[in-house]
Amino acid sequence: MKKSENILGGAEIFFECLRREKVEHIFGYPGGAVLKIYEHLHDVNFLQHILVRHEQGAVHAAEGYAKASGKVGVVLVTSGPGATNTVTGIADAYMDSVPIVIFTGQVPSHLIGNDAFQEADIVGITRPITKHSFLVRDVNDLAATIRKAFYIASTGRPGPVLVDLPKDVIASKCEFIYPEDVEIRGYKPTYKGHVNQIKKVVEVIAAAKRPLLYVGGGVIMSGGSQELAFFARENKLPVAMTLQGLGAFPGTDSLSVGMLGMHGTYWANRAVDTCDVLVSLGARFDDRVTGKVETFAKNAYKIHVDIDPTCIDKNVVVDLPIVGDVKHIIAEIASEMPNPPDTEEWLSQINEWREECPLVYEDNDGRLRTEFVIEKIYEKTKGEAVIVTDVGQHQMWTAQFYRYNHPRSNLTSGGLGTMGFSLPAAIGASFAVKNRPIISISGDGGFQMNIQELITAAANKVPVKFIIINNSFLGMVRQWQELFHAEKYSFTDLSASNPDFVKVGEAFGIESYSTDNPKEVDSLLDKAFSVNDRPILLEFKVVKADMVFPMVPSGGSISEMIVKRLNPKRMI
Amino acid sequence: MKHTISVLVENHFGAFDRVATMFSGKGFNIRSISIGETEIVDISRMTIVTEGDDQIIDQVVKQLNRLIDTIKVVDLANTYHVERELALISLSLHKGSMEQIKNICDIFRGNVVDITNKSMMIEVTGPPDKIDAAVNVLAPFGIKEMARSGIVALKRGEQLKIQKKDNITT
Ligand SMILES: Cc1ncc(C[n+]2csc(CCOP(=O)(O)OP(=O)(O)O)c2C)c(N)n1
Ligand SMILES: [Mg+2]
Repeated sequence: MKKSENILGGAEIFFECLRREKVEHIFGYPGGAVLKIYEHLHDVNFLQHILVRHEQGAVHAAEGYAKASGKVGVVLVTSGPGATNTVTGIADAYMDSVPIVIFTGQVPSHLIGNDAFQEADIVGITRPITKHSFLVRDVNDLAATIRKAFYIASTGRPGPVLVDLPKDVIASKCEFIYPEDVEIRGYKPTYKGHVNQIKKVVEVIAAAKRPLLYVGGGVIMSGGSQELAFFARENKLPVAMTLQGLGAFPGTDSLSVGMLGMHGTYWANRAVDTCDVLVSLGARFDDRVTGKVETFAKNAYKIHVDIDPTCIDKNVVVDLPIVGDVKHIIAEIASEMPNPPDTEEWLSQINEWREECPLVYEDNDGRLRTEFVIEKIYEKTKGEAVIVTDVGQHQMWTAQFYRYNHPRSNLTSGGLGTMGFSLPAAIGASFAVKNRPIISISGDGGFQMNIQELITAAANKVPVKFIIINNSFLGMVRQWQELFHAEKYSFTDLSASNPDFVKVGEAFGIESYSTDNPKEVDSLLDKAFSVNDRPILLEFKVVKADMVFPMVPSGGSISEMIVKRLNPKRMI
Repeated sequence: MKHTISVLVENHFGAFDRVATMFSGKGFNIRSISIGETEIVDISRMTIVTEGDDQIIDQVVKQLNRLIDTIKVVDLANTYHVERELALISLSLHKGSMEQIKNICDIFRGNVVDITNKSMMIEVTGPPDKIDAAVNVLAPFGIKEMARSGIVALKRGEQLKIQKKDNITT
């Protein structure tokens, strides 16, 4: 090829790189600084651009896409306000280790620092919430930078990478050279676990009397669910999952003890409290899991497998760390296990706890409750759906009552706890998953935080089922007010100020229904599952003042777990 | 305990900010920080003096390593190494003080680098505790202004077997 044929403009290079990264979808919103890119986008046909209605929606959509598919989610926005609108989404992706690349327009290089129109130092603003970021200063660096951005976002512990593109760089030309290999001397994730450490882990687990696997989102990200299932079943090891870990191991398996932590099951938390060996796989000892760190799994020998060395000994000092890819390490541990430990007694002990204090709710007063709705959704989908929850009580009830069969089926904002995540994330997921139902479950509060994206759903005819659990309250905050803040329901009662959600849905052109009658839940869900070529909205008006239990108060020990409302006595 | 951490970083836009942001974001403290060129064109060396118990220092080192722009991170606390710092100290002059200051300056092998009727500036280099000592002795004369460079440090060529956690500097 003659050299001159390979001279491309910045915008062409941009798309050429996306093509080679096999990008099929980008979520974006145009503006002055990225007009050149949008000019070329007009004639690009290897990818689909989804126009959101707010840049935060674009980032959550990219997150939903990435979490559901394991691919890198891509966002394209303009400079200044376009860029700053992405901040919450980027922070969310950083906390939950979601691989996304955010391209932001920037004012022309010579104006940077001048308080130019629509200038914001987005690289500076997002520095603490990105895995890495780049300001491209020369079109000659563009291709290599994009290559690095995708590589960094998707390898090691995944995370968001931001690439800031000054307008003049995009408008310049240079020879297009696509680097096949990426070499970053300061970035070499460790994948293989240390052999001796693995041997030691095997010994410890083989000798354990009350072992427990504590599984986080890392297992799902590394694609290690099958390895986990094999390992747990072969060795009869009970599995507790974090909020992000749900789906890593089938919720219906008798070895699953469900979610642990603040709103975890009674039996999972008792198991953590009592186990003699705790094997943490791709989890990070988050405070919502540990409560008071001094008493967390206080009798256990602690093993911690994680790809990110900074996670180890950060919150809880462990006895045996292994840094590496959790999928490979589980497989290696499993293949080295001599004979399974005898866990029969331990498992029956856990089952006793399960019977002692099961997940129950009031269901004979004829009033509609969230738990009932979630159980019905589970019944209809048999654990096969992709469930995208928002943040609040409905999120915790879904985590408790929906049992996931597969990884990448539970998409939720865990680390940052971002209300407004579900609606756009479900839209994003619907572009990645075509053969399973996508169900967005939001509270009445959070649904209003990115409500504008309903039109994105309608315009793209995405078959998302938008479910609003309307308790007329910022329910989770209300719960804390009742329990810990002298029942001062300060600014959490939305009953007088919520919109008519059915009318809202209809205004966006979405078929919408509402009920407060438990008897109508079945038929409404059936209706929703019969619609597969467009979105549908269901509002369930549930009782107002319910609370999620069990609950380990923030910073408390398992022994302080509250299991029932009317009698909040200490259980253990 | 005080630790001196030597960090090789990419010599480009934003690398320094990333390190500084990490320290402030994680609430780690920085006693001193210096940055400058190395023998390799596109690599800079940052020398950071920080403080904390073993768990904190372990996190500091890991968090530094985790940054994409850092190439090598060494906690010098467990090595034989050389630490040097430079201080510029400007002092007010009073009757007869010039001679005394000059004497102290000589004892610390410092240099007088600026002088007027009212003030005198001296330069002292050496291990940080020597600078501390010089500052202490000079303080009664009235320090008008002072600038300390922060520590630079390098590992010694030969590493004798040392007890872990002994902080050995010369
Ligand atoms: C963006 C954002 N703002 C505030 C909060 C604090 N917050 C956590 S849960 C919650 C209430 C959520 O109410 P709703 O969406 O109705 O869900 P519910 O708890 O009632 O199920 C609030 C305000 C948050 N997590 N995110
Ligand atoms: Mg609510």
